[in-house]
Amino acid sequence: MTTNAETIRDLAEREYKWGFVTEIEEDRVPKGLNEEIIRVISSKKAEPEFMLEWRLKAYRHWASLEKADAEPKWANVKYGPIDYQDIVYYSAPKRKPTLKSLEEVDPEILRTYDKLGIPLAEQQRLAGVAIDAVFDSVSVATTFKEKLAEKGVIFCSFSEAVERHPQLVKQYLGSVVPYTDNFFAALNAAVFSDGSFVYVPKGVRCPMELSTYFRINAAETGQFERTLIIADERASVSYLEGCTAPIRDENQLHAAVVELVALDNASIKYSTVQNWYPGDKQGRGGIYNFVTKRGKCQGKHSKISWTQVETGSAITWKYPSCILMGDNSVGEFYSVALTNNYQQADTGTKMIHLGKNTSSTVVSKGISAGHGQNTYRGLVRIQKAATGARNYTQCDSLLIGDKCGAHTFPYIEVKNASARMEHEASTSKIGEDQIFYLRQRGLSAEEAVSMIINGFCRQVFRELPMEFAVEAQKLLSISLEGSVG
Amino acid sequence: MTLLEIRNLHANVNGHEILKGVDLAIKVGEVHSIMGPNGSGKSTLAQVLARRETYEITDGEVLLNGKNLLEMKPEEAASEGVFMAFQYPVEIPGISNAYFLRAALNATRKYRGQEELDAIDFLPFLKEKMRLLDMDERFLNRAVNEGFSGGEKKRNEIVQMAVLEPRLAILDETDSGLDIDALRVVARGVNTMRSQERSILLITHYQRLLNYIVPDYVHVLVDGRIVKSGGPELALALEEKGYSWTEAETIRAAG
Repeated sequence: MTTNAETIRDLAEREYKWGFVTEIEEDRVPKGLNEEIIRVISSKKAEPEFMLEWRLKAYRHWASLEKADAEPKWANVKYGPIDYQDIVYYSAPKRKPTLKSLEEVDPEILRTYDKLGIPLAEQQRLAGVAIDAVFDSVSVATTFKEKLAEKGVIFCSFSEAVERHPQLVKQYLGSVVPYTDNFFAALNAAVFSDGSFVYVPKGVRCPMELSTYFRINAAETGQFERTLIIADERASVSYLEGCTAPIRDENQLHAAVVELVALDNASIKYSTVQNWYPGDKQGRGGIYNFVTKRGKCQGKHSKISWTQVETGSAITWKYPSCILMGDNSVGEFYSVALTNNYQQADTGTKMIHLGKNTSSTVVSKGISAGHGQNTYRGLVRIQKAATGARNYTQCDSLLIGDKCGAHTFPYIEVKNASARMEHEASTSKIGEDQIFYLRQRGLSAEEAVSMIINGFCRQVFRELPMEFAVEAQKLLSISLEGSVG
Repeated sequence: MTLLEIRNLHANVNGHEILKGVDLAIKVGEVHSIMGPNGSGKSTLAQVLARRETYEITDGEVLLNGKNLLEMKPEEAASEGVFMAFQYPVEIPGISNAYFLRAALNATRKYRGQEELDAIDFLPFLKEKMRLLDMDERFLNRAVNEGFSGGEKKRNEIVQMAVLEPRLAILDETDSGLDIDALRVVARGVNTMRSQERSILLITHYQRLLNYIVPDYVHVLVDGRIVKSGGPELALALEEKGYSWTEAETIRAAG
């Protein structure tokens, strides 16, 4: 028993291996937030007038919320007050603003991504995955652009989309997550500096996985990226994001917004492997991950599927959601959230059924270890017009040790009597008997815990693209700390 | 040649002495049965040999092929060839039997410096084992023991034993809770595994199992000590006279 516990502790003593800092010259704005800063950010990006206007409206809205002390406090997480005037809202690697090719990217940054295991050089292509790399506030490289362009797929940084496809940006920006949506969405709309943009035209299946890799490098900065994905009629796309940050004692704020739009018969699969720096064993440092992600199944027979593996961040606050407007549209949410040491997560989804015969599936797997606190919060709402709607929710918690917590807050609102709702929930503990059983068959304690956890998460992992499923499994075993009781 | 040698083994659990000086030697290729009343320490003995850490060893030694078994971790003992069929096999949700078995086999192969088997080599090997044991191939893709009936779980233990090909197989009350048909299947599996290279230790409460797997030696464990040893006929005598008979004999011997 003690040996089991020790082995698992050893496994956890492994460092956060993505915690290094890249030495690079930064172009950053002064700390603090005001209209002047918004104007500076917008002008640094040479944005058209409509963008500046939108940012300013968002800023004013956010400022009114801040004044009214309207930062959301309902989540089941605890943290000290955030001083929004003590954050740098824009930091970019100092180099020429537009990059023609990978050769122009600062070699230090390319080395950073190599070190993270994300080779950007196209010849080292990762089995047909196109990557957009976001370093601090800006996108530094997007691979495979030409190949995608042949199919008419636009995959570029948000800045480039604003410059080259302003009509699309104007039409869809804020159409799913308006700047008035919530405190952090307003903040993001005001200061977001970059992110990824995807447009898949009618009838096109995107020929490869699209991926964005987010890296926070600079100190005292926040990262506010914005992603917008539009799948036109009969289009389909699979998109994956990954993220890491250096080890720092201060908390850093990450407030992103993701908007997805699926038109008739379109489908979007959005996968996240979130591995921001989680803080140390005493709970010092780490990223505050306050993110608004929402997809709109606007067209009939459209489908949006979220898969997330959340292992990092000191605090996670995110609810990737689906608005099921189109008749027969489908929303899915598959989630693994792991909290260890003093990490806290309040995560789940919202499935809003508006159209007829819409269906949604929610599978949430929460793993708590150490002093980690893990909360599932989910809303399934069936509106009056949503005749024939269906939802299946499964919500499982796994506890490792006896100092952690698992909490579940499912909300169900049904306004149409034809709805069919299913909800299942379970809580279990990794048992000494399970570990002994596997060790008796020759597996080490470490391998045994890892196998039990992978089994627990299987329903979610099988939704991930193959190579990322393997990554996610490794990440989980590395992120584990605590003892088995 | 002696495979397992237990000398004066004492073991505690939560401060209570359960094993009070067990001596036993098992030669390569032999089948031994340990019988005894409830609470006599049979399962404790099995679990100590499998290196479960809930037991504290207070005295004595155990040698496996000359190596100190009591210094091994459970996975080391497993890789050295100790296999225990559990009385209550554990469920591992979400992990298929096939995946689990390959991981287990490869862990032991790795320990022994052998090459690991990939899925393509492993599957035919596993299917052959299952055919021998009359196990349905559907078991391959089901999660380990999840939703299995009692009989299926026990048969699954025997499949694992067949795959891992242990040098010492310990069956901890494998017959408990089995109907007669399941018992026959399990016994046939064990008999298939019987060989000159393998020793088997059958732990059982009832003589019934020994009708199907005939041991070379029978030992009676009472209150943490082996009080009587003999051939298969000892099991029959026990069945007839009950454990109190050996207890009475022990008292007489001690007096």
